[in-house]
Amino acid sequence: MAKIMRLKAGTAKKLNRSKAGNAVIFVMLFCLGLFMVLPIYYIIIQAIKPFEEMFVFPPRMYVLRPTLAHFSSLFELASGMWVPLERFLFNSLFISAMGTAGQVLLASMAAYPLAKHPFPGSKALFNIIVLSLLFTPYVTAIPQYIVMAGMGLVDTYFALILPAFSMPLGLYLMRQFMLNIPNAMLEAAKIDGAGEYRVFFTIVMPQVRPAWLTLIIFAFQAIWNQTGFNFVFSDQYKVLPAIFRNIAAGGFIRSGVSSAASFLLLLPPVLIFLFAQGNVIETMSYSGIKE
Amino acid sequence: MKERWLWHDIKKYNQSYLMVLPYTVFFVIFVVVPVITAIVLSFTYFNMISPVRFIGLENYKRLFLNDDVFLISIKNTMLFAFVTGPVSYFVALITAWFINELNPKLRAFMTLVFYAPSVAGNAYIIWTFIFSGDRYGILNGFLIQTGLISESIQWLTDPKTNLTVIIIVQLWLSLGAGFLAFIAGLQTIDRSMYEAGAVDGIRNRWQELWHITLPSMKPQLLFGAVMQIASSFAVSDVAEQLAGFPSTNYSAHTIVTHIKDVGTLRYEMGYACAIAVVLFSMMVMIKSIFSNLMAKE
Repeated sequence: MAKIMRLKAGTAKKLNRSKAGNAVIFVMLFCLGLFMVLPIYYIIIQAIKPFEEMFVFPPRMYVLRPTLAHFSSLFELASGMWVPLERFLFNSLFISAMGTAGQVLLASMAAYPLAKHPFPGSKALFNIIVLSLLFTPYVTAIPQYIVMAGMGLVDTYFALILPAFSMPLGLYLMRQFMLNIPNAMLEAAKIDGAGEYRVFFTIVMPQVRPAWLTLIIFAFQAIWNQTGFNFVFSDQYKVLPAIFRNIAAGGFIRSGVSSAASFLLLLPPVLIFLFAQGNVIETMSYSGIKE
Repeated sequence: MKERWLWHDIKKYNQSYLMVLPYTVFFVIFVVVPVITAIVLSFTYFNMISPVRFIGLENYKRLFLNDDVFLISIKNTMLFAFVTGPVSYFVALITAWFINELNPKLRAFMTLVFYAPSVAGNAYIIWTFIFSGDRYGILNGFLIQTGLISESIQWLTDPKTNLTVIIIVQLWLSLGAGFLAFIAGLQTIDRSMYEAGAVDGIRNRWQELWHITLPSMKPQLLFGAVMQIASSFAVSDVAEQLAGFPSTNYSAHTIVTHIKDVGTLRYEMGYACAIAVVLFSMMVMIKSIFSNLMAKE
């Protein structure tokens, strides 16, 4: 037991690792990481550069006198609109939170029987769901609009929330992770008298915690970034990305403002990411003590 | 007799049906019905104003016999599918595997670094400043200053370079989703498997990867592959933003760009749907080849 715990802490595992290999991997990760992060870093730097530093050539990767001027001019531009900016912020947060919660719950609940119960029709249903991932959304926008108009959903919050419940990606992700749960574990619970819902909430979901924490990241980010141009037309239901995209469309002269907008749009998904990722890691360190 | 057994099964699994039902209702309304409508529209002439008119296979005939731009877009899409797809897939897998071995704090930080580009909806626009064709483009400026080139290069409009640029940006953008699924997959692998492996004579990390890690995350590997197929066959936004819409001589035209061109600029929805169906068939083919490969191993 003690040996297993030591293994989980990662001490015994390192025996299989060569020093040279570690060095090579470190260098590779470092270069690749630089490639990934530099453009994002540049956006952040641009967002806090004062005007006189923005157009210095060659562009600087640092800022001498950081300023929040672009943020305040972003809010100034937005203050001339019919609907206050807070309303768009609320819309975005509300839609993303509801959509994410619904998607995680419905997709996980459907993924469990699809992964573990061989009910008649399960294979066909699952295949259709995976295939639908491959159909390009650009030509389904019009039929989707017709369906929504028929249900009276156009220009309501539901037009942006309900489609999120149907995203096949979440179901597919959850189902793939649930495949790895040992059947014996589920059988044991059922012999003890637990119903399917009980098994789902007390055994399946805790087992696939990294999966649904990942799904929260995916879902929130996808819903947060949608502009809703197709389904929402009145200002009071519009979301931040739609507004910011209009503001930032000013090109070169507004590149500071547009960097500030990009930065603000980046913030909530990153916070969700940090929250979820932190929890994934926590489960890992606990699992060694629990067992 | 057989039907009675089926009925028996359906009753036995009634709870399973109840659990699948809520999702399925939304899925049918918002995904299945629109997709089927689009497939039906592919056999019609539909310009969104006059009534739908059935024209049989005319759209498909025109697509393969009479549309030169479509052939360019197939060539480009294939390039993305067979270059960015596999490269991005394997880089994501290898980095996820490396990062998983770091200590938790560093791991969280590195995961954020690699996932950040995917989080930011349209942050890839920053690459237009980097590859901008004048002397103020960041890359041109750098190359001119260091004396590597004397004239600025039209990275985004020259058909010789714009595809390469799009491949690079697409790699930057597409690493995230599969990568995150791989990280989560690695974290669900039972650690005692590695101990057992060490006892059975596994010497180095590569053997460990091949004999223990990969076999235990097959479902995640398949998920990552489907995600990668879906994103690399559907390259369009990046191509439009960087190379323009349409690009010089359609040099960076992809199938999805073509769908948008036909559907939203020329209002030929029936024809756009036919292109979507062809694209869909190509993706299904690649996906089934991949699934079969995975099942064999």
